[in-house]
Amino acid sequence: MSETTITTKLYVQGSDTAFPKIVLPEIPGLAKIEVYESNGGYGALKKAIGMQPDAVTDEVKKSGLRGRGGAAFPTGLKWTFMPKQTEKQKYLAINADESEPGSFKDRQILESNPHQLIEGIVIASYAMGIRTAYVYIRGEYYKWMTILQGALDEAYAHGYVGESILGSNFSVNIYIHRGAGAYICGEESGLMESIEGKRGYPRVKPPFPAQNGLWGNPTTINNVETIANVPAILWNGAEWFSKIGAQKHPGTLLFGISGHVNSPGVFELPSGTLLTDIIYKYAGGVIGDKKIKMVIPGGSSMPPLRGDQVEGVRMDAESLKAVGSAIGTGGVIVMDEDTDLVKVLLRVTKFYWHESCGQCTPCREGTGWMRKILQRMNDGNGKVEDLDLLIRVANNIEGNTICALGDAAAWPVKFTIQRFRKELEEEILRQSRSAA
Amino acid sequence: MFTEENLHKVEEIRKRYPKPMAALLPVLWVAQEQFGWISEDVMHYVADLLGLPFNHVLGVVTFYTMYNRKPVGKYHIQFCANVSCMLRGSDNLIEHIEHRLGVKVGETTSDKMFTLSEVECLGSCGTAPMMQVNNDYYDNLTAEKIDNLLEEFKKQANH
Repeated sequence: MSETTITTKLYVQGSDTAFPKIVLPEIPGLAKIEVYESNGGYGALKKAIGMQPDAVTDEVKKSGLRGRGGAAFPTGLKWTFMPKQTEKQKYLAINADESEPGSFKDRQILESNPHQLIEGIVIASYAMGIRTAYVYIRGEYYKWMTILQGALDEAYAHGYVGESILGSNFSVNIYIHRGAGAYICGEESGLMESIEGKRGYPRVKPPFPAQNGLWGNPTTINNVETIANVPAILWNGAEWFSKIGAQKHPGTLLFGISGHVNSPGVFELPSGTLLTDIIYKYAGGVIGDKKIKMVIPGGSSMPPLRGDQVEGVRMDAESLKAVGSAIGTGGVIVMDEDTDLVKVLLRVTKFYWHESCGQCTPCREGTGWMRKILQRMNDGNGKVEDLDLLIRVANNIEGNTICALGDAAAWPVKFTIQRFRKELEEEILRQSRSAA
Repeated sequence: MFTEENLHKVEEIRKRYPKPMAALLPVLWVAQEQFGWISEDVMHYVADLLGLPFNHVLGVVTFYTMYNRKPVGKYHIQFCANVSCMLRGSDNLIEHIEHRLGVKVGETTSDKMFTLSEVECLGSCGTAPMMQVNNDYYDNLTAEKIDNLLEEFKKQANH
């Protein structure tokens, strides 16, 4: 195809930096369609539409792309779950409900590279035979919703979205659905309930969305960053992508680093980058050169690591699993040696208590109990035995709820106590002494 | 109760979904833009407009935190108090605003200018501490920056 001769700076940009910038290329003004096009944008869509839909899915499958929304599930495999022979309408829902504390990376794509997301949505829809896609965007992201709507209007006007795309017989419409402030709607079945106009109560699974999704129809839900990778994979091929970063979790990841570091922000780096490189090389090290007490590697629900445990840890799904944590959304929160861990745990627990939808008793009640116990500790009235009580409550939430919010609430409490028991005991005794 | 323009918006919204219920969240946003908050009368109106039971609309409005169930000030300050912001001093800044405005979290100033809310993570952890005022984000806040912003808002309001 002649398109392959287009000089593209998109999808592979990396010449002036050490690593490829796949989803956040450093091209000014890229949110405008003219700039996106002049850098090769929508070239991958042209290429994809010349392929058989199954071949597109195969390419994504072979690339090894895994979901960037937290669970790291293989994307291509997820697409194959969609039924091929069906009379029913099929749907794609894009999860832009980024609300896990410490996560702020999808926003960067919406802001500086919305067309690559749109291009990815159209390619994914083509691969799965979908004619309607919704982007579920958190209500607070008003500015980014506006940017995305602007880009969408441009894409419609240029014939990349809508009827008979690029003169083919393929059509897809993309609509933005604005959330209204509920963390639980980032859970895929809660998200679908919310699109349907209901309270965001997660559904019991199975049946899974590919069988029984939006309005009972086959539905795939993908994260923003995941889909933004798709055009680059189609353009450069699965093999190219599979060689970037960690073998089992290939590609670049957007790491959002916050907390006690000198230069917080979002960095696109190959998966498997050393956690210490992210902290010291990219985020400028710890404020005041203090030691690290704790690092949460992937958003507030992921098991935290001790400061003396971070050396040599690589940031990909397998490596983090090996050290008893998880990659989550790649939201790294760094806490220095003076951080009050009781206060942090109370804050995290308050969040999950506030966001529990209330359907399952263990989560609804358990998060409230943990919050009360931690509040008591924070007020200086805690007892060392409370730590075991907290673990017991956490164990009774974990695995006993419809959705993963229960686990998300239980893990930080359970693993922080397991990994920082000595520090927490000292803290409880110190606070109760000073309260007395 | 909706303006002509908003009624037209509702028609456009309905076309995006196969079922009328799905239009509920976007139509409630239209309502909040027009009325500033969602009263029980507005819920009845929206329910009738979309052919939904009132109880369903009430259930949805009370589930989502961004639908205001009572009037808010001209400037709705929503301060993030989650971990990343807390680590960078959001507690002190919220107290600072409380002193400045003479209200507690959850309250509105007597001149109806400001409402102060504490909210969960707004997805701006790299520029913590931060707050949202109406639709806009304000990042890397300090007490001084906040004072300037509050003055700016008051000036804007008086124009």
